[in-house]
Amino acid sequence: MKTYYNPEDLKKFGDISEWQEKLGEKFFDYYGAIFQDGALTKREKTLIALAVSHAVQCPYCIDAYTEESMEQGYDEEQMMEAVHVASALKGGATLVHGVQMMNKYKDLSM
Amino acid sequence: MVKLYNKSLLSQSDSLSDPKNQLNLLDKVNLIPFQENLKKSNLFPLKPINIDVFQVNIGKMCNQVCKHCHVDAGPDRKEIMTRDTMHLCLDAIDKTSCSTVDITGGAPEMNPDFRWFVKELFKKNKKIIVRCNLTIIVANKKYNDLPIFFKKHNVEVVSSLPYFNSKKTDAQRGNGIFDKSIKALKMLNEVGYGIEGSGLVLNLVYNPTGAFLPPNQSVLEADFKIKLMGKFGVQFNNLFAITNIPISRFLQYLLVSDNYKGYMQKLVSSYNPMAASSVMCRNTISISWDGYIYDCDFNQMLDLKVSAKEKHLSKYNFEELLNRNIIVNQHCYGCTAGSGSSCGGSVT
Ligand code: SF4
Ligand code: SF4
Repeated sequence: MKTYYNPEDLKKFGDISEWQEKLGEKFFDYYGAIFQDGALTKREKTLIALAVSHAVQCPYCIDAYTEESMEQGYDEEQMMEAVHVASALKGGATLVHGVQMMNKYKDLSM
Repeated sequence: MVKLYNKSLLSQSDSLSDPKNQLNLLDKVNLIPFQENLKKSNLFPLKPINIDVFQVNIGKMCNQVCKHCHVDAGPDRKEIMTRDTMHLCLDAIDKTSCSTVDITGGAPEMNPDFRWFVKELFKKNKKIIVRCNLTIIVANKKYNDLPIFFKKHNVEVVSSLPYFNSKKTDAQRGNGIFDKSIKALKMLNEVGYGIEGSGLVLNLVYNPTGAFLPPNQSVLEADFKIKLMGKFGVQFNNLFAITNIPISRFLQYLLVSDNYKGYMQKLVSSYNPMAASSVMCRNTISISWDGYIYDCDFNQMLDLKVSAKEKHLSKYNFEELLNRNIIVNQHCYGCTAGSGSSCGGSVT
C-alpha cells in the first residue's frame, strides 16, 4: 500500500545531504550538537523533543523520540504528561487568538 | 503489545527451543557480521584477559516463566546440576585464579544441593554471587530463611526488578510478581541487605520491558532509589542496566511482536568498540548444569561450547581456556550496544 509516510524513510534521513551536501552536513552537525549534554541534559532534551514532535505532528519524530524516551528511562505516565504539555500549548495558542477574534468583533460592532 | 504465553519454549514445542534454529535465524538477518566489527576494533579473534568470574548455571528449573528469559527456564524444566557435577566445579575453581563464583539458573535455590554448594564455596573464601529472582524467597516456607542463609555465607544478592511499578514488572515477569518481589526485598532489607554500612550487598538488575535499549545506568539507579524508597521503603546498593540479548524467549517476543529486524538494526548501529573490549566473556567462564564449559551464559543457551579441546569440567584445563578464542556470533551485538551490557550491567 502506498502512503505518504513510510517508517523505513526515517533511516534515510541522512540521504538529504546527497543533494545539498554542505547544508545537510551543517544541519546534522547542529542537530547532533543540540542533543549533547549541556545546560540541559540529553535526557531532558529528549522529553522536550517528544513533546515538540507531537506539536509539529511529525510521525518520524514521534517514533524516534518515543523510542529514545523509553531508552532514557521515561515511563508511560511521564511521556503522556509531556504530550499534554504540547497539547496545552497548541490548544492555548488556538484559544488565545480568541482574544483577537473578540477584539475584531468588537471593532466591527456598534 | 503482543500476547505471549507464560510457558517455556520447550513446553510450547516452539522450534526456537532448539538453539540451532535460533542461530539460523540470527545468521539470516542481513547485517554486518559481528566478527567484522570486532576486526575493525582490532579485537578479532576475541581473547580472554583472565578468568576472574566462574559462573555456574545450576539448573533451568524456575518458579517463574519470564517472557524475556534467555535460559527458557520454568517449572517444567528438570535439568539441574547434580552434587557430583558441583564437585567437579569445586575442583575446577581450585585450578582457576578466580575471585568470584556467580551462581545462576533458573532459580538456583530450587536445586536441592544449592545450600551445600554455597557452604563449600564459603569455605573457599570466594566472593559468592547468587542471582536470586526474589519471588523464590516467598514461594514456599522452606525458602523463607534464604535472606538469613545468604547473610551467614556473605552472599552478594543480585535480583531482577525491571521497574518500580507492577505494570511493567508483571508484564515481563508474570502477574503478581512485583508485589511478591517487594515483599522479598523487604525481607532482605530486614536482615541488612542493601542497607548502607551493613556490608551485605543487594544489587538490582533492570532489563528493558520491550524492544529497546536500557537507559543510562546511573540515572536509572537514582530514579529507582527514590521511587523504591519513597513508595515501598525498599533499599538496595547498585542497579545494573542490562540489554536483552536476542535469543531464546526474548527472540520469540521479538519475532511475534514484529520487532526482530528493528531491534537487530538498533543493536548493530549502536555497536560501541569500547564496550566490545570489555565484554564479560573476557573475564568469565560459564558452566552448564551438566558440566560443560562455555564463554558465557548466552553461548551456553545457544549450545556453543568453548573452542577448546576439553569442553567438559571432567577434563578442566585452565591454561587451555585462557588461550582460547571466544566464540562470537550475531547475538553478541547485545553486549556491545551503547554503554555495553554484562551480568554486572554497563561496561563503559
Ligand atoms: S528470567 Fe530468571 S526468574 Fe525469570 S524465568 Fe528466567 S531464570 Fe526464572
Ligand atoms: S554474548 Fe557472550 S560471547 Fe558474545 S560478547 Fe556477550 S559475553 Fe561475549
